[in-house]
Amino acid sequence: MKLLRHAVVSRTVVSRTAAACAALALSACLSACGSGQPSAQPVAPSSPAPSPAGALTITDPWVKAAGKGMSAAFGTLVNSTDAPITVVSAATPASPEVELHETVEDGGKMVMRPKQGGFVVPARGSLKLEPGGNHIMLMDVRRPIEPGGEVPFTLRLGDGSTLRFTAVAKDFAGANETYHPGHG
Amino acid sequence: MGGPFAVAEIGRRRLLAGGLAVVGAGTLAGCSPADRAAEPGRGQAVQPARSEDQPGAGEPGRAVESFHGEHQAGVATTPQAHAAFLGLSLRRGTTRDHLRRLMRLLTDDAGRLTQGRPALGDTEPGLAALPARLTVTFGFGPGFFQAAGLPGGPAPLPRFPVDRLRDRWSGGDLLVQLCCDDPVTLAHAVRMVRKDTRAFATVKWLQRGFRQATQRPGHTHRNLMGQLDGTVNPRPGTPDFDRAVWIREGPLRGGTMLVLRRIEMLMDDWDAADTGAKEFAVGRRLDSGAPLTGTREHDPPDYAAVNGLGFPVIAQEAHIRRAHVADPGLRMFRRPYSYEEADGEVGLLFAAYQADVERQFVPVQRRLAEADLLNQWTRPVGSAVFAIPPGCAEGGWIGETLLG
Repeated sequence: MKLLRHAVVSRTVVSRTAAACAALALSACLSACGSGQPSAQPVAPSSPAPSPAGALTITDPWVKAAGKGMSAAFGTLVNSTDAPITVVSAATPASPEVELHETVEDGGKMVMRPKQGGFVVPARGSLKLEPGGNHIMLMDVRRPIEPGGEVPFTLRLGDGSTLRFTAVAKDFAGANETYHPGHG
Repeated sequence: MGGPFAVAEIGRRRLLAGGLAVVGAGTLAGCSPADRAAEPGRGQAVQPARSEDQPGAGEPGRAVESFHGEHQAGVATTPQAHAAFLGLSLRRGTTRDHLRRLMRLLTDDAGRLTQGRPALGDTEPGLAALPARLTVTFGFGPGFFQAAGLPGGPAPLPRFPVDRLRDRWSGGDLLVQLCCDDPVTLAHAVRMVRKDTRAFATVKWLQRGFRQATQRPGHTHRNLMGQLDGTVNPRPGTPDFDRAVWIREGPLRGGTMLVLRRIEMLMDDWDAADTGAKEFAVGRRLDSGAPLTGTREHDPPDYAAVNGLGFPVIAQEAHIRRAHVADPGLRMFRRPYSYEEADGEVGLLFAAYQADVERQFVPVQRRLAEADLLNQWTRPVGSAVFAIPPGCAEGGWIGETLLG
């Protein structure tokens, strides 16, 4: 069910090639996870090209420390180009399933749900990923993300390119919005 | 309040000495915390973080002490009005890898908060907007070295006969010393540090202190016994200070050693003494701080002077005679804070920085413990020693020279 939803979100914006690469990145991530410290992201030879230098960057990336289950990553995406950039999916060795989420009000309660169409970072603008707002959702953390640990992420963009970054894990009590499968 | 002025002065000195990047008060206008917070906000999604209650550039709340550099800030830094000394006990099973992660996290927090920016995952980012010369200084106790599997941790102090030490104010594996001119900013930084250390350590003690916040720069601090405290103190930026304070070799090169003593003042007994007796015990006048052989605070004491009866004017057991160290390069640098507890206990958080505890603090304390008239009114109730590692460059972290 969850996997299916993830695939649906991806298909809406990602080309077939990119989707194949995403699958490859995920399998690489899983093996890295098994080896212990997720410190270095293995680079598959068939990886898509990284995002043109500086087109999209992320400042202050961090991830909520978690023993297992769900967690979330945050930061500020900055677009230095004259056209909007869409983030269509995210991957990390810390969780086989990752979704791009928004937080919305539903019947007087804040709930999070997959963001339709991904995150759009405006031209020459930025998009903040933060607790209680847009965030990268780790659906299934299997090995503890320890405070101070570093977790690699790969964001796949609308043009098939990627943005890689490392987020530091912080002991954080918030970001507990109810998960709402919503448009699954 | 001479905060920004003092910052600019230190900045000049450091620039002359070593070319370190120091943010002086003059640069705040061009690169204020609010401007930086607004930087990624050019797009529609983020609003610039400017609000009505933020003071303008040049105001004391905006003054910033540089975090990065050869030495950690908070030692040579002109003392801020408020301090919190946080002593932490590492959790059982802490390894060198844990300590690396911990120090990276704490370095990141300190690097942001001291520059007026919220920490990562800061739940009260508005409380970071007034850095007010916040400094965050880290120290490693014997237990830290042990957990890291490193030799060379600080040796415990000998027991002095005057000591009445309580465990609740003594020891500690990791010290976080936070100093700030704004007590709210300070409390926020303490809270952030507590949150980021709780997975690794528990709080053993938190000792809060204060100084005369409105004192003009360059004037000597008065402690709660009413004494000018620190008249003879190495001056930051001088060769004597560098020789006395900074460690010159090994992985702690550029660092220093902190002896933190909690000294209770027995104020009810002090109240019962008259001014003459107090001044005789100290060897200085209480009002001007002048030695009993002089007229002004910085007049050098004449230890050979005798009165009409042939007795020394500065008594053999007067505090300043017993504490006197002739070689300026062997003096400790004292940066004390006063404290006051709800139960009426008052005293001094005696924070002394030196390159070598054995050669600097210990001999003086031996002499004082042996005979010092002031001992009738003071009682050491807490004691801890920490190695203060060197500072770090941007992108580096405190402790990397030991744990890296």
